[in-house]
Amino acid sequence: MRIAVLASRIRTEEKLLLAELERRGLAYTRIDDREHIFDIQVNAYPFDVVLERCIQHSRALYMLKIFEGAGIPTVNAYQTALTCGDKLLTTQALVQAGLPIPRSVLAFTPEMALTAIEHMGYPVVLKPVIGSWGRLVSKINDREAAESVIEHRDVLGNYQHAIYYIQEYIDKPGFDIRSFVIGDTCIGAIYRSSPHWITNTARGGTATNCPVTPELADLSLRAAQAVGGGILAIDLFQTSDGRLLVNEVNYTMEFRNSIETTGVDIPARVIDHLLAVGRG
Amino acid sequence: MIIVCIECGAEIEVPDDTMVGEIIVCPECGAELEVTSLDPPVAVLAPPVEEDWGE
Repeated sequence: MRIAVLASRIRTEEKLLLAELERRGLAYTRIDDREHIFDIQVNAYPFDVVLERCIQHSRALYMLKIFEGAGIPTVNAYQTALTCGDKLLTTQALVQAGLPIPRSVLAFTPEMALTAIEHMGYPVVLKPVIGSWGRLVSKINDREAAESVIEHRDVLGNYQHAIYYIQEYIDKPGFDIRSFVIGDTCIGAIYRSSPHWITNTARGGTATNCPVTPELADLSLRAAQAVGGGILAIDLFQTSDGRLLVNEVNYTMEFRNSIETTGVDIPARVIDHLLAVGRG
Repeated sequence: MIIVCIECGAEIEVPDDTMVGEIIVCPECGAELEVTSLDPPVAVLAPPVEEDWGE
């Protein structure tokens, strides 16, 4: 099988995935978006499957579109990446699938954003619709903070920052849950704990194993399905009364802290999936 | 394998399985470097995080 791997920066995850390909004796072509010109007239590429591991969302989207348009199966699919890369699209997909989520609203002007926040009640979380690693995600505790964060977004940000995605703040018990879905299986999950309200491991949150209960597996699979399926990491909140809410779905998941924690050989499972969806 | 830090000139020992595109941090000056060549071993200053980087 002719495998292409889209990657520029080699994070621990990419290194583990490439090592797994090599361990199995599988040849691959690495495509670095920084060193490539895509002839848009060309609609054929000598690959049977494409694994997308770009660090840059916009480039990942275009490259997935190019390869998928040429009839090559991609991991993940363009539509999945498109949906997961935008919080409005993700939320809408989750809502349409009937999944429990924190209350979320969208506004386009500073005035409407403030009105929406006041209506929701403090604290709220203001997020960019596009972005990762918890960057620029703001917990807003009162009206004065709301006014100043909105003004900063309005004046200093680009147009994307003037789209106000406002989410109910979930008072989680010092941790949230990240589950991993590959195909039709929830392969494992971790608790991400932090004294800070942002629990991303990229931001210093620590990972411990989270048992995959039938409820967690079911919710994770339904969330993955809602965004188009594939290889996905689902972020969930557990509310104080024990309910699980789906917060976000990530399509180029990072898993370096989760292999030992879960005891699951995640790179091997990713490559298994890649070979299963590839042509021939 | 030894890579010379472009920022401070320190000689950084990196593992033999280092790949092009990997990020290394200079233990002396803390600069983030991206490996751009293995033969000869070369690293340049890594680009700063951009807005749409992430998972």
